[in-house]
Amino acid sequence: MQFSEQWLRTFVDPQLDSDALGHLLTMAGLEVEEAEPAAPAFSGVVVASIVEAEKHPNADKLKLCKVDAGGGELLQIVCGAPNAAAGMKVPCARVGAVLPGGFAIKAAKLRGVESFGMLCSARELGLSEDHGGLYALPEDAPVGCDIRDYLGLDDTLFTIKLTPNRADCLSLEGVAREVAAITGSALRKTEVAPVAPSHDGRRAIVLDAPEACPRYCGRILRGVDAKAPTPDWMVTRLARSGIRAISALVDVTNYVMLELGQPLHAFDNTKLQGAIHVRYPREGEQVLLLNEQTVMPAADTLLIADEARALALAGIMGGEDSGITLDTSEVFLESAFFAPDAIAGRARAYGFGSDASHRFERGVDFELPRRALERATQLIIDICGGEAGPVEEALAADKLPARQPVRLRTARARRVLGIDLDDAAIQSLLERVHLDVRRDGEDFVVTPPSWRFDIEIEVDLVEELARLHGYDNIPAVAPQGGLMMLPSTEHARPVWAARHLLAARGYQEVVNFAFVEEAWERDFCANEDPIRLANPIASQLSVMRSSLIAGLVDTMATNRKRQTERVRVFEVARVFERKADGEPVAGFHQPMRIAGLAAGSVLPEQWGERSRTVDFYDVKADVEALIAPRSLNFVRLSHPALHPGRAASVSLDGRVIGIIGELHPVWVQRYDLGTAPVVFELELDAVLGARMPAYSEISRMPAVVRDLALVLGTDVTAERVIDALRQAAPAVVREITLFDVYQGKGIEPDRKSLAFRVSMQDTQRTLEDAEVDAVMAGLVKQAETVLGARLRGAGG
Amino acid sequence: MEHLDQLVQQAAADFAAAADSAQLEQAKARYLGKSGSLTERLKSLGKLDPDARREAGAAINAAKTAIEAALEARRNALREAALLAQLAAEALDVTLPGRGAVLGGLHPVSRTLERIEQLFGSIGFIVADGPEIETDWHNFTALNTPEKHPARSMHDTFYLEGQDEVLLRTHTSPVQIRAMQAHVERYKDCGTLPELRVIAPGRVFRVDSDATHSPMFHQAEGLWVGENVSFADLKGVIADFLRKLFETDDLQVRFRPSFFPFTEPSAEIDVAFMSGALEGRWLEIAGCGMVHPNVLRFGGIDPERYTGFAFGMGPDRLTMLRYGVNDLRLFFEGDLRFLSQFR
Repeated sequence: MQFSEQWLRTFVDPQLDSDALGHLLTMAGLEVEEAEPAAPAFSGVVVASIVEAEKHPNADKLKLCKVDAGGGELLQIVCGAPNAAAGMKVPCARVGAVLPGGFAIKAAKLRGVESFGMLCSARELGLSEDHGGLYALPEDAPVGCDIRDYLGLDDTLFTIKLTPNRADCLSLEGVAREVAAITGSALRKTEVAPVAPSHDGRRAIVLDAPEACPRYCGRILRGVDAKAPTPDWMVTRLARSGIRAISALVDVTNYVMLELGQPLHAFDNTKLQGAIHVRYPREGEQVLLLNEQTVMPAADTLLIADEARALALAGIMGGEDSGITLDTSEVFLESAFFAPDAIAGRARAYGFGSDASHRFERGVDFELPRRALERATQLIIDICGGEAGPVEEALAADKLPARQPVRLRTARARRVLGIDLDDAAIQSLLERVHLDVRRDGEDFVVTPPSWRFDIEIEVDLVEELARLHGYDNIPAVAPQGGLMMLPSTEHARPVWAARHLLAARGYQEVVNFAFVEEAWERDFCANEDPIRLANPIASQLSVMRSSLIAGLVDTMATNRKRQTERVRVFEVARVFERKADGEPVAGFHQPMRIAGLAAGSVLPEQWGERSRTVDFYDVKADVEALIAPRSLNFVRLSHPALHPGRAASVSLDGRVIGIIGELHPVWVQRYDLGTAPVVFELELDAVLGARMPAYSEISRMPAVVRDLALVLGTDVTAERVIDALRQAAPAVVREITLFDVYQGKGIEPDRKSLAFRVSMQDTQRTLEDAEVDAVMAGLVKQAETVLGARLRGAGG
Repeated sequence: MEHLDQLVQQAAADFAAAADSAQLEQAKARYLGKSGSLTERLKSLGKLDPDARREAGAAINAAKTAIEAALEARRNALREAALLAQLAAEALDVTLPGRGAVLGGLHPVSRTLERIEQLFGSIGFIVADGPEIETDWHNFTALNTPEKHPARSMHDTFYLEGQDEVLLRTHTSPVQIRAMQAHVERYKDCGTLPELRVIAPGRVFRVDSDATHSPMFHQAEGLWVGENVSFADLKGVIADFLRKLFETDDLQVRFRPSFFPFTEPSAEIDVAFMSGALEGRWLEIAGCGMVHPNVLRFGGIDPERYTGFAFGMGPDRLTMLRYGVNDLRLFFEGDLRFLSQFR
């Protein structure tokens, strides 16, 4: 809500400057978002009267004016404004004045004629964008008066951000009440006297839904001049509240809403038929609203209707057909209380909101409608003339919001706040905000006023106490608790360990959006039915990702466009899949994954190292390092994102926990990557698992190492060979390590050579040559029979 | 025939003149070789009578010892010179860059989250977690925000197509409910509930995108429930945390009344640095308050017996303040030129 400090100070005027007042509001929970001057700085501008305006002797478009600026003698001023005319009151910047932007006014000669000052447009004073001519001031503006004083420009526009619980502060009077409570300054409420009826025109009011609308006041005003100009003071106050003046009747309803907090609505009385009904819609009913939108109100949307039709959405927006126009002369003025529950969320459901719905859904003082109606009546009669009829009030008193007494245990308040407030202080604080406080034994019993909708339970009072006592006055203490150590496990690692490991291996962490382009899900996951957002922010952020890989590919593409060719990135995040019995939210499986991408040279470009492009095995080592010392199994895999010959599933303890592979060349081309990245994606839980180290005895006996080079078919995997060898290996074989892979000269084209180092050791004794030979022979035989291998160098 | 002393002098001079070990060995041969001058002298001893032989022999041996010593000295000198020459030849350009891999790094917001977990861990907060596709009940209802509550309009919520009961969580606060329920379940047989202290960092989502808003961003939720947890404790913990996070006492922390449906009293936390580029400006970094009794009830905890505080802070904002980053969007654009600055 925006308002003028000067206006506020007509209600309460504490001895505080603007900054201090702003701080006070903020610390009371009425956060000041902005505090702007009403006008830019300028000086030396006064109200002046144009006494004579003649054509400039040497220029067609200039005028030569004689101006009375209150200085005793007339000033000669050359002026180019088309509207300059004798008899006008205008702002005059005298010689020595400084206009916004530091523009100093000096005596000057214009086309050979001397000019002593400048007559100003509104834009030249920074008051509006209007540069159509001189700023015409009212006829009664006092000549010689400083324009800043005359227009009240030394004002601050406060914009406060009100929390939904403080609807009582959505008016000047409400804010003033709060300021008065906190500062102790006197509150001057607007005096409202009932306007005596001068005709007896009435319109009946029927409360068909008294829970939703327990009070409705209305009155007919006849003979009003809807074309009457709105007085300047009202236009200014509205403007400084961010509301543009439209016409006197509309302006008055807005003004009273700002002043007192009561939304009002003015109907053209001649367009109404019979009694006003406040009711829920009938089947098929439609309302054409003031914003030219036609709505079919939902069953729970309260309507204002007459006997013929629905007129308006109660408390939300008026209807186009029954609204006032500049030709209206007979007004039916509505001032009602609509229950918050009857309004809440309705406007949002139609895709708009209004100042009225904003207030009603948060709670408007239910004792305010009659006072606001009298206030608006008086203002309309003052401005537009006319005659008021009697106030018609429909009331279902038993349906007005109850103001239940709330019990406050002072010990509880002290315990929750952690401060030592005595009972007298508590009582005095609560009474400052007009709460009715009674003693009941140790406790207080507190009843809130009609404008407070946020005091229903004890803790609401505790909050009020904290606020009024001042959050600043509550000490910050180091809490005390029973000291208990946090658990620390060796059966799992923190996610930070995995992050730091990948970072140490050259990967940079990124954070990508959880929602992605639908095409990514199709291309990289073959997911034709992704989880779609109902209200995505953009089409390329419209579905929930089921894999982190597409995001990393996009990161690579982005960086490539910025000339970074070598990319190593990883992300730790959730992915989303449908799963009927998903935990903890049924219908969805949302596991954490860790995924990486590497592209470009293995090492950054440097001297002394031959540049080599990263390949499957480089990234496989990174994956293995993430899991180490546990070991993984890799099995060739067909995956939509990956090169069919260069992709594998990753298994741990017999369970698939992820994938690794080179990106499919089709996507490399389509996403303009230049070079194929190698990617991996693993279940985070599996990666973070760990096992306790277990001790096994170290042998003191010497180890024997023999090499074994086998020639095999190219389709025999290394894993198969090692598994087969292990099967045949007796216990003395400690380790079988692959140390060379060879294809080429000396080996048939469809064969390859794998060389293994076999390490043998007994814990108790030294192995003898014969024993070792027998072991090796056994391994060779196994390879021959199971794998169709032959010993390299044997039999060509 | 030369005098022996002269011979020794001559030998020493020859050795010294030898520029390398080959020349030295040649010089040695001239004196000590088969037909070297000293060897010749020894051979000639046989012609002398025994007394003279003994005397001359002793003199020759003394000369031989002296020559051998000179030879050894020269050998050592040459070896040392050769070693020095070799070492000089082996000298490296120590200014060439080191070879090998380079480090990657954590995301800047991760750095902050890790420190948040560490700092709160140091006073007994454990890390909790919750789903990002969350139920409406956990995200709003159980947090005392029933349907149609005006506070719901404070959060522009992402919904899923064809789903009424689930949404993308708009804050990490639903973890409060899950953590309380799990805690109550774990200690259901205890007479007194042990203190619950959790910190829950994670990603959250709101329909909002501009220079200062991202549709996905981070939050870190904190919750402490116990028999005597007060607003003063909340102020103490937060002030301590901020001073430790920013590693300075040179900042002011302000608690300003605010409203959240799930806490009461509620506060916004502002911080102002007393020096640096942001000096004197109040910056909003978190919301907090005493857990609302309804929320404790939804979590299965008796609000009469236990009280608690909760806070939700913006790690993205904290990271921006900590490192002087001026555009939130940089965190989510994956630009390595930006991210690699936080290694």
